[in-house]
Amino acid sequence: MDRSSHSRSRRFAPVVAVAAAAALTLAGCSSSSGGKKAEESAGGASAGKATTPQMTVALVTHQSPGDTFWDIVRKGAEAAAAKDNVKLVYSADPNAGNQANLVQNAIDQKVDGIAITLAKPDALKDVVAKAKAANIPVVGLNSGVSEWQKLGLMEFFGQDEVVAGEALGKKLNEAGAKKAVCVIQEQGNIGLTQRCDGVKKTFSGSTETLYVNGTDMPSVKSTITAKLKQDKAIDYVVTLGAPFALTAVQSVDDAASKAKIATFDLNKALTGAISSGSIQFAVDQQPYLQGYLAIDSLWLYKNNGNYMGGGEQPVLTGPAFVDKSNVDAVAQFAAKGTR
Amino acid sequence: MIGMTQQAEPAVTTPPASGPKETDGRTAQRPLVLRLLARPEVGVFLGALAVYVFFLVEAPPVRDGSSMANILYQSSTIGIMALPVALLMIGGEFDLSAGVAVITSALTASMFSYQLTVNVWVGVIVALAVSLGIGFLNGWMVVKTGLPSFLVTLGTFLILQGVNLAVTKLVTTNVATDDISDMDGFSQAKKIFASSFEIGGVQIKITILYWLVFAALATWVLLRTRYGNWIFAVGGNKESARAVGVPVKFTKISLFMLVGFGAWFVGMHQLFTFNTVQSGEGVGQELIYISAAVIGGCLLTGGAGSAIGPVFGAFMFGMVQQGIVYAGWNPDWFKAFLGVMLLGAVLINLWVSRTATRR
Repeated sequence: MDRSSHSRSRRFAPVVAVAAAAALTLAGCSSSSGGKKAEESAGGASAGKATTPQMTVALVTHQSPGDTFWDIVRKGAEAAAAKDNVKLVYSADPNAGNQANLVQNAIDQKVDGIAITLAKPDALKDVVAKAKAANIPVVGLNSGVSEWQKLGLMEFFGQDEVVAGEALGKKLNEAGAKKAVCVIQEQGNIGLTQRCDGVKKTFSGSTETLYVNGTDMPSVKSTITAKLKQDKAIDYVVTLGAPFALTAVQSVDDAASKAKIATFDLNKALTGAISSGSIQFAVDQQPYLQGYLAIDSLWLYKNNGNYMGGGEQPVLTGPAFVDKSNVDAVAQFAAKGTR
Repeated sequence: MIGMTQQAEPAVTTPPASGPKETDGRTAQRPLVLRLLARPEVGVFLGALAVYVFFLVEAPPVRDGSSMANILYQSSTIGIMALPVALLMIGGEFDLSAGVAVITSALTASMFSYQLTVNVWVGVIVALAVSLGIGFLNGWMVVKTGLPSFLVTLGTFLILQGVNLAVTKLVTTNVATDDISDMDGFSQAKKIFASSFEIGGVQIKITILYWLVFAALATWVLLRTRYGNWIFAVGGNKESARAVGVPVKFTKISLFMLVGFGAWFVGMHQLFTFNTVQSGEGVGQELIYISAAVIGGCLLTGGAGSAIGPVFGAFMFGMVQQGIVYAGWNPDWFKAFLGVMLLGAVLINLWVSRTATRR
């Protein structure tokens, strides 16, 4: 015992020294550009708070950990929850079976409402029926625009992925593109595949699909470069997520290709790339709105019996286009990580 | 192994270039070609060569110099990590946290610099300390508890995965770090970790150079230094290694820290290439590093292997991954192709070494 404490204090000595050295260097090493200091401290869109009694709502998505897109959905949900005096319980699992278990968990907690994504509707059918049997209202968001009514969900907020793809395909036609490559970062994801299918449907040129390993950026970069070299006729790269679009910019550079880049979804860095012209445009499905409306609708239903979309039609949050002409207006919100 | 002296073990892995050892009477009687073929790194070299020739025929763009540079770049980002992972495996241990540790390092450097608005070099140094610290912790837990490193590093793998996400979210309120490309020291660091240079009109990424230099360095350490002997000794038989005076704990902990160093290096490359880091990345990469090492002839049980083998292992991975795209095959089959090609290459490797060692 005694010995170990001695050796521990000896082991700590260099740590302390390093910490002290770090503190000293920090003082003399501040960056004169960029960084947190340069970040605008934009005030949040804070509004009042509802006086209705607190209710609990569960938001259960198929998010994989660390995805920028879902982070924005969640922020929207949190904003609505704060305004509506709602206690938000967020959980997520990309595996459909696990997602169903999480919904069951919410039912067991006797929440006042459930918002779910229907990436794999069949897997959630039973648990949605259970929620209805327990008199818990369920709304859908993001995925499942063609399935939500079949499952008996009250309302739906999202974008039809095929429609969004079709819109992007039309935009490519306007830009005079001849051959596009659609980059899928997760093989077998239905929503992503639907986007590419939509592009194929309306784009008058030819469309190829390319799978990349979304968890390894250097490999994404190399693979897109390889594709551009393999097929020099490609004049548009379509990515399905903002980080991949930014990587594609480097690939186009590496391959000395003339291809332009368009993408689905937005983030802070992407708005910068659009205004500098390295990325042409982005299709925005307004994830913040999806999260916000899903929570807000459950509050409205509980407190005023309202149905958004009249209970018959989905509420579409996209596709909205962001290009050079309107990027400045969007950029200030993207900088806060809410668009 | 038991009575090993400084020169005893490396004979197994001496590369062909250094010539046959005249002291070994048993193998000297067999033809040189067979002796060469019996070496694991020669088998993987032939496997890699087969894959290379195959794609050279199948995919015309591969013949282009810049395409080869791209393939080598992909291979180098795997290969730089495969080296310390291979050394660790020769030393008899695993590190499953190696993939996410790369991202941990990149996140640390990026967030530290950005949040405190300091020169990015400060973040880079802090990240090095954190990475070495993680390696030390892994190694220390393994030697202290005597638990299999598979379990210990599975734990750190999960911890780091969660910490990467949670801390990034906590600090930046987003799941990706902020762009640091306009900060002091960035362009300088980019030159070191993520630049490229031109040879004959072809842009070569600097990671390729580092990869080869590190491989040469690792080979030298393994074959010509006392530390290299220690690595083989602790991986072969820990108890007898201890008995002949090999510092087992030091060797193992330092090997884990070496993996930490590799993670730092690759993490810095990613940060200075992409300017921002996604906190959820890196999962699954550890298996690719380990595969590259195993394909390269490192035994899963430890005690045998080389630093050159994993170089070809990583190259094989990069070649197959990009070759399929260069060949323009139906991408739906991508993963299946990858698996079949790798299995094929490994079988060639096995067949070659069996044929060569058959009497």
